[in-house]
Amino acid sequence: MKIHEYQAREIFRQHGLPVPPDRVAETAEQAEAAARELGGSVVVKAQVHVGGRGKAGGVKLAQTPEEAREVAAAILGMSLKGLTVGKVLLAPAVDIASEAYAGIVVDRASQRPVMMVSAAGGVDIEEVARETPERIHKVTIDPRYGLLNHQAMGLGFSLYEDLQQVRQAAGIFRRLYSAFIAVDASLAEINPLIALPDGTLEAIDAKVNIDDNALFKHPELAELRDPSADAPAETEAREKGLSYVKLDGSIGCIVNGAGLAMATMDLIKYYGAEPANFLDIGGSSNPEKVVAAMQIILSDPNVEAILFNIFGGITRCDDVANGIVQALDQMDVDVPIVIRLTGTNEKEALEILESVNLPATNSMDEVVRKAIELATAKTPAGEGAQ
Amino acid sequence: MSILIDRSTKLAVQGITGRDGSFHARRMSDYGTQVVAGVVPGKGGQLFDDSIPIFDTVAMAVQETGANATVIYVPPRFAADAIYEAADAGVELIVAITEGIPVLEMMRVMAFVRERGARIVGPNCPGLITPGESKIGILPGNICTPGKVGVVSRSGTLTYEVIHHLTANGLGQSTCVGIGGDPIVGTSFIDCLEQFEADPDTEAVVMIGEIGGTDEQEAARYVDSEMSTPVVGFIAGQTAPPGRRMGHAGAIISGSEGTAAEKMTAFRDHGIAVAERPADIVRLVEGALG
Repeated sequence: MKIHEYQAREIFRQHGLPVPPDRVAETAEQAEAAARELGGSVVVKAQVHVGGRGKAGGVKLAQTPEEAREVAAAILGMSLKGLTVGKVLLAPAVDIASEAYAGIVVDRASQRPVMMVSAAGGVDIEEVARETPERIHKVTIDPRYGLLNHQAMGLGFSLYEDLQQVRQAAGIFRRLYSAFIAVDASLAEINPLIALPDGTLEAIDAKVNIDDNALFKHPELAELRDPSADAPAETEAREKGLSYVKLDGSIGCIVNGAGLAMATMDLIKYYGAEPANFLDIGGSSNPEKVVAAMQIILSDPNVEAILFNIFGGITRCDDVANGIVQALDQMDVDVPIVIRLTGTNEKEALEILESVNLPATNSMDEVVRKAIELATAKTPAGEGAQ
Repeated sequence: MSILIDRSTKLAVQGITGRDGSFHARRMSDYGTQVVAGVVPGKGGQLFDDSIPIFDTVAMAVQETGANATVIYVPPRFAADAIYEAADAGVELIVAITEGIPVLEMMRVMAFVRERGARIVGPNCPGLITPGESKIGILPGNICTPGKVGVVSRSGTLTYEVIHHLTANGLGQSTCVGIGGDPIVGTSFIDCLEQFEADPDTEAVVMIGEIGGTDEQEAARYVDSEMSTPVVGFIAGQTAPPGRRMGHAGAIISGSEGTAAEKMTAFRDHGIAVAERPADIVRLVEGALG
């Protein structure tokens, strides 16, 4: 789960990281008042879940509260990579002597957290990793002992010459690690970590991603989710226990299992069409989940056919069939439905579908080809069988 | 022959009285797996289905029944502790079906389990099966048939799809392993490939990957340098957009890393035949077997 910079800054502050004061504004007027409180000269930053906000025009300097108002008015409501800016963060403008990067990620290969620092701060770290990997210094952390002092000092020496600054940086890295662990983050990043002209280090940006699987341990963090950052259908799907990602194509897919769902999308593309979504109904699916899945898919106006691909294991095919029948009872379905069912209780499922004149196949290739054919012809549900 | 499990494997089921645990304990037992014990704290001394003894702790189950493998069906918040307990009891193979274990928790678990010399398969996996001998987990036994093809996969139902195609075309399996869809799993592709290479009865391997991470790329290098057994590959997620989690916690393209295209290229560069769609796997396996 992604959270906003202003939320990440608060987490960092709670763990003793040096983050300058800030304010959040949702209107130009609030921004002007906030700038006045912060001393007049401020940076105004769009709060959206996209990288490269600066380059996209979502970060601007303002010399006076009046200018902050104008800048905020321009940024609020702006669309950055498809997301509308609803909030801006204001922080005092600072003089920067140097910029560095510090971040922690979960490293899949070593199965441990890895801290990375670089003197090339304030820029896209992936670009640094690609083009000048020698400018990134890494340490692998043993989760049982945490970031050891000598590791933190070593990273500090790779960035600074002055011993005072090295010590300060080491403290920052250790606190960053504490924050990372405390919130079950999958990423915690300071970019940039700046030195002021007097040598003091400050974290003037903050990014934290939280492991969705750990949210049950942190209900207060689960509340930080910004529903406006996701498509409304994705929020609804999450609440119903479905995993859904909206895409741009016309074939709506309802599948059990993430891998099979992706393979179904790929097969649609293989046969020359585009999937409208990724949707995994999960393991033990009840009919209600199927109804919810159909509602979500049908809320997408681009959908021209609905394709079910169910390989019953834990999922019972008859549960899915019952869900389809219930959905057809409850809503007007004006696009064709094609169904592939195989595995647990397949026979019962086919009988249920037979009763409402919905044919089903047991081949994945066949159902995908059929969906594409019907989407192009746009036959209403069930008509093909009557 | 097979890898990891066979008819001599003695299994304890942690969470045997729960909804999923009880259902699958019966399925496994019906399939022929030696389910020798259940473990549920507070229910020690009872019998599951009038036949399988339940113990309060894994240690007692191991001591009384000689269980050398365990399968974990307990909910995410208790799953890490269940794994610690199994490793401390000296169980060699721990299969964690549970989905949703926090990744930082799994890091600590992995370090702990390694020190005790145990192996974890999963978490968030369908388990494994040696057709005709033993199955641990939730894979449907009826779609498998004994044979010479090893299957290793990060997915669940997609694995069933592939096994279904193999069986329908007369290609039986030596062992099928679902390694799980999380960023951190106990048994990697390479761990399974190493075992398949050493197994004289596995004559070809199907490796099913998906977007996210670089495990498939590392596995491809391993296949190239260490294996003589032919490997056929498939990658799910060619149409997945970057930065979005596609169901599995591990299935996410970050930056330019972990795309299906990158993985398919790595496969091809290292001599792995790549299937464009699941149905093509059959033809490629037949070609590999000659």
